[in-house]
Amino acid sequence: MRKLFATMTMLVVFSLVLAACGGGAVPTAEKVIQTVVVTAPAGTPQVQVQVQVAQAPGFGETLAAVQARGTLICGVNGQLPGFSFLDPSGAYAGFDVDFCRALAAAIFGDDTKVEYRNLTTQERLPALQTGEIDVLIRNTTWTLTRDTDNGLNFTGTTFYDGQGIMVPADSGITTLNDLEGGTVCVQKGTTTELNLADAMALNNVTYTPAVYEDVNQTYGAYAEGRCDAVTSDKSQLSSAAKAVLPDPENHVILDVTLSKEPLSPVVRHGDDQWFDIVKWTVYAVIAAEEYGVDSANVDDQRANAVNPEIRRLLGVEGDMGPKLGLSNDWAYNVIKLVGNYEEIYNRNLGPGTPTFIPRGLNSLYTDGGALYSPPFR
Amino acid sequence: MQNHATRVRSGTPFWRDVRFQRVFAQVVFIILLLLFFGYLIQNMIATLQRQGLALGFSFLHQTSGFDIGEYLIPYDRSSTYLRAFQIGLLNTALVSGLGILLATILGIIFGVARLSQNFLVQYLARLYIEFLRNIPLLVLLILWYTGVFLKFPRINQAITLPGPIMLTNRGIAVPWGIPTETYPSYLVILGIGLALALLAAAGLTWHGRRTGRTPLVWGWATAIFLLVAAAGWFMLPSPALSLDPPQVQGLRIAGGKQLSPEFMALLSGLAIYTSAFIADVVRAGIQSVAKGQVEAAKAIGLNGFQILRLVVFPQALRVIIPPLTSHYLNLTKNSSLAVAIGYPDLFSVSGTILNQSGRAVEVIALVMLIYLSISLLTSLFMNWYNRRIRFVER
Repeated sequence: MRKLFATMTMLVVFSLVLAACGGGAVPTAEKVIQTVVVTAPAGTPQVQVQVQVAQAPGFGETLAAVQARGTLICGVNGQLPGFSFLDPSGAYAGFDVDFCRALAAAIFGDDTKVEYRNLTTQERLPALQTGEIDVLIRNTTWTLTRDTDNGLNFTGTTFYDGQGIMVPADSGITTLNDLEGGTVCVQKGTTTELNLADAMALNNVTYTPAVYEDVNQTYGAYAEGRCDAVTSDKSQLSSAAKAVLPDPENHVILDVTLSKEPLSPVVRHGDDQWFDIVKWTVYAVIAAEEYGVDSANVDDQRANAVNPEIRRLLGVEGDMGPKLGLSNDWAYNVIKLVGNYEEIYNRNLGPGTPTFIPRGLNSLYTDGGALYSPPFR
Repeated sequence: MQNHATRVRSGTPFWRDVRFQRVFAQVVFIILLLLFFGYLIQNMIATLQRQGLALGFSFLHQTSGFDIGEYLIPYDRSSTYLRAFQIGLLNTALVSGLGILLATILGIIFGVARLSQNFLVQYLARLYIEFLRNIPLLVLLILWYTGVFLKFPRINQAITLPGPIMLTNRGIAVPWGIPTETYPSYLVILGIGLALALLAAAGLTWHGRRTGRTPLVWGWATAIFLLVAAAGWFMLPSPALSLDPPQVQGLRIAGGKQLSPEFMALLSGLAIYTSAFIADVVRAGIQSVAKGQVEAAKAIGLNGFQILRLVVFPQALRVIIPPLTSHYLNLTKNSSLAVAIGYPDLFSVSGTILNQSGRAVEVIALVMLIYLSISLLTSLFMNWYNRRIRFVER
């Protein structure tokens, strides 16, 4: 009886705690006045201008924390060749990893000051929400719910992807309807899982999902024939097929696109300065490609460029860096140490790599793609 | 005590009274504990609010939008998160319930075999127990999944055993019955059979108490039930169930009852792993019965089976039940390892819910609460049974 009483008490206390959590008051959004010290670029007369801007609480805290720590903590996938993976020397490499490096270069002028955290699809959002990582660059799709309800901000698309379906070449499956009654392997906790359910419901195809925790399990089960098809972003399908499957040449990606999957770095709500830094670091590499600035000619461009846009980008003119809370040579460091978008792309996903993906939508707008950087002004 | 009372009366300050000190220490401890948890919860709420996230369970009524591979009650992508939770809970209950049943049966067999006089039987039982007790469950599960059930042939080359039972890496399909129009009347007949069996059991127990010769009560009851069930089957104008044999149809197996490789791997892994621990508990229980009891039973002429049934087991149960309870609880909680092989149990489904809804705190709290409730219910039942056993036996 006493035991029962103790048990009940525990349950009651627990439910009270939960109930208490439910009715929290929203804090009033107080304004803080942030003093921004603007340093004039080298070579011009040193005048310190103090600008006072009304900022929400939390403004600037991430950058301060990162600078105090001395490293940037970047959440990555770690299991996806071409995007983030350990190279033969044991270092992180990939498209997403290069954006982590670019961010470190922008902040510290040193692209090695990054600490990578491998995250599963399930862990990634809580890891960012709780502040365990500073930024999430882990092939994460930009959706309205994530951008709002989950307390996150997507900074700008680094890679335009779309969901596809891969089947064994000899299966005879060419359309979604051929999958009637079949089983589809899918990774847990992804937009992929939702898009698959939507597309199948739309086409009236009955199927069974086989849901796995990580990339290796998903493709492992598919390779064993547990599923008739595997679905994921096309980028992941083509890189995983080559890296994980024992017989990549025997699998084809169907000519069906289930969804739009814009992949973007993600930051927390509440620190707009940090949001701006990540966003403009992405735009800096895109702008660099547009203006023909790359890691080889960046020094020459900084010394001799006449195009004011390039001069502002590289910090020769104006004070773009301090506006972000960074030094004025931030973009120069990014391009010098990591390269422009084309270099990043070709290094990881270009024609010479085992994870080749045609650029398609991921070309500059001038080449018919969707990459477009707002002006550096 | 007398001593204290005199001292208190003689003017010792109350803070030096040992009774006060005892209560005071506990009160202080409880206050500190509450402050500690209060701080943690406060901190969590403050952090969530800073990020503009509010806690609440209303999201449970939103549409889930994802599909689940196995479900016992209807479910599709337009169902709510709450429904998805229920699917996960039922899948956990199914695998744990069957797992407990199988683990107990296997455990008793190997526990008794471990004490066999036959060297080979004893040695094999020992090997089984030692091997399984000393490898991690996760390893065993992955072995069953990738090493056994995924290695069955692909669906177009299915192994068909007589029955037909089909073995493929999509799952194992066995023939199953489909209820026909006479099925409801058959259920009534089964009910009558059950009532008769219980009546017979009660009568036999009463008879046994009176004469001192207890017959095989449950053996007779089962026989009566089966007899009624069989007679009822043939009495009905048409069979209550029609046979539904599995067959390959396109990409899937149609008809019959299908057991997915994930389910089979999880069930086998959990049942076999836990049975090794239960076997040891059973062995310990049997060995705890004093040797004199067995000798006395032999002396009054009971045979081997009677000794086990009437003398050894009733006394061994007293020792077996408490650790058995904790192994049942372990099995239920270990079923959350399903996530490693993709079986949609409570933990796995709630992982998906967590990710799709972004409500980490609520989902984890709910999952903890559900596992806690399952465990407490199991323990309440086992404690009740334990008390009953103790009462009957002295």
